[in-house]
Amino acid sequence: MTKKETPQIESLTYEQAFTELEKVVSALEDGQANLDESVELFQRGQALAKRCADLLEQARLKVTVLEQDARANGEIGD
Amino acid sequence: MESFGELSPPVLQVSQLNRLLRELIENEQLLQNIWIAGEISNFTRATSGHLYFTLKDQSASLKCAIWKGNAMRLRMNLRDGMSVEAHGAVSIYEARGECQLIVDSLRLAGEGALFQEFLRRKALLESEGLFDLSRKRLLPPAPARIGVVTSPSGAALQDILNTLTRRYPLVEVILSPTSVQGENAPREIIAALRRLTHGNTPDVIILARGGGSLEDLWAFNDEGVVRAVSDSPVPIVTGIGHETDFTLCDFTADLRAPTPTAAAELVSPDIADLRIQLTSQAESLSLIMDAFLERQEELLSSHFSLLMRESPRARIENDSQRLDELISRWQAACRHTDQIRTAEFHNLSGRLGSLNPASVLKRGYAVIRAEDGSSIRSTRQVAKGQQLEIEVTDGTFGAQVNATPLNH
Repeated sequence: MTKKETPQIESLTYEQAFTELEKVVSALEDGQANLDESVELFQRGQALAKRCADLLEQARLKVTVLEQDARANGEIGD
Repeated sequence: MESFGELSPPVLQVSQLNRLLRELIENEQLLQNIWIAGEISNFTRATSGHLYFTLKDQSASLKCAIWKGNAMRLRMNLRDGMSVEAHGAVSIYEARGECQLIVDSLRLAGEGALFQEFLRRKALLESEGLFDLSRKRLLPPAPARIGVVTSPSGAALQDILNTLTRRYPLVEVILSPTSVQGENAPREIIAALRRLTHGNTPDVIILARGGGSLEDLWAFNDEGVVRAVSDSPVPIVTGIGHETDFTLCDFTADLRAPTPTAAAELVSPDIADLRIQLTSQAESLSLIMDAFLERQEELLSSHFSLLMRESPRARIENDSQRLDELISRWQAACRHTDQIRTAEFHNLSGRLGSLNPASVLKRGYAVIRAEDGSSIRSTRQVAKGQQLEIEVTDGTFGAQVNATPLNH
């Protein structure tokens, strides 16, 4: 979890957000971070937890159907 | 007739014969574990739950019975005209002296040959290492995208979608439709897998089909399909048929589920568990932060007292004390110097007093001055006839040099 890459929280999947949340929690737990870093981690963690909660709240199964065209040998799906 | 009595064979009752026949047959191992092929006719289901039918080929027939317990385990509905292979033990129905087959399991005709082929392929692929446990990959704990390869109209798909809606509605399902039965099924399944693993690849794939006979599931024993499953860059979970069905795809898949529903359960976390995990992480986050801040405050306050001990203010207080000390030492020194100065002053004024010309004049000395006021200290300053002024202690008077000065 380097500080350089802090991807937009809104674009994270549940698993990505939750995995990062776990990392943030253990990084905080580590106690190696200074105050600024800790506050930053904490805020990031809160945002990640909110992202996860929102995703759980709004979740609705999405189904995409790939074109089935096995006979047309070019079709590889999109 | 009687004369042959002792030589003639014993006369048996019919029931004795039938029992003897039954015992003979039931002691013959070959007849107790046997497969018989034929076509079903005269099928009846008795109220007791036992099933009765006749197996026929072109020239002969054999009565068969399936007792209730085995009948319930049959996975197909028997009907007249069906070509089957029945497994069981040959016996004699003593009441009628009829030979009959007590069937314990039954399969469609040709399944035996299929099963042999299944075993042959299994051995081949196994020897190539396609079923090695070391090749099995772990499933992602919370996939964002799940690929599903199955028939778009099958119950398997509905089962999967229902299960995912209930457990894990966060996910996007990408259905790659294919037929799952028939001549084209293997080619279509391979194409469906390939479509899924090109481009926007899902995190895990479910390969599924509802229950059916060995022949119905045969596409999943196709060598090409098994290799496609084995080569998949994405972990594959199979949910093919029922609990008791095993296909070669099941052996090579990363995980085999007994049914499509079970496959959907295996690839998805339960949203209830996710909520619990999330709450626990969020709580840890706050607890750790609180603890961190508390620790920082403690550190701060202990550092503050250290700081106060080391602060310039303390040094200033310390220094000002030293300054006070220096000042008092300086003042003491000054007092000492004053005393010395005063003594020196008295001494000096005494000495000055002795140098005052007035006091010299008092002792009888006189000061001689020329007319311009300069004092005369040498014979060379005067000449005969020069007017001089002489000062004594109480006044002055004039005088004249009456002789030429002489040097000593």
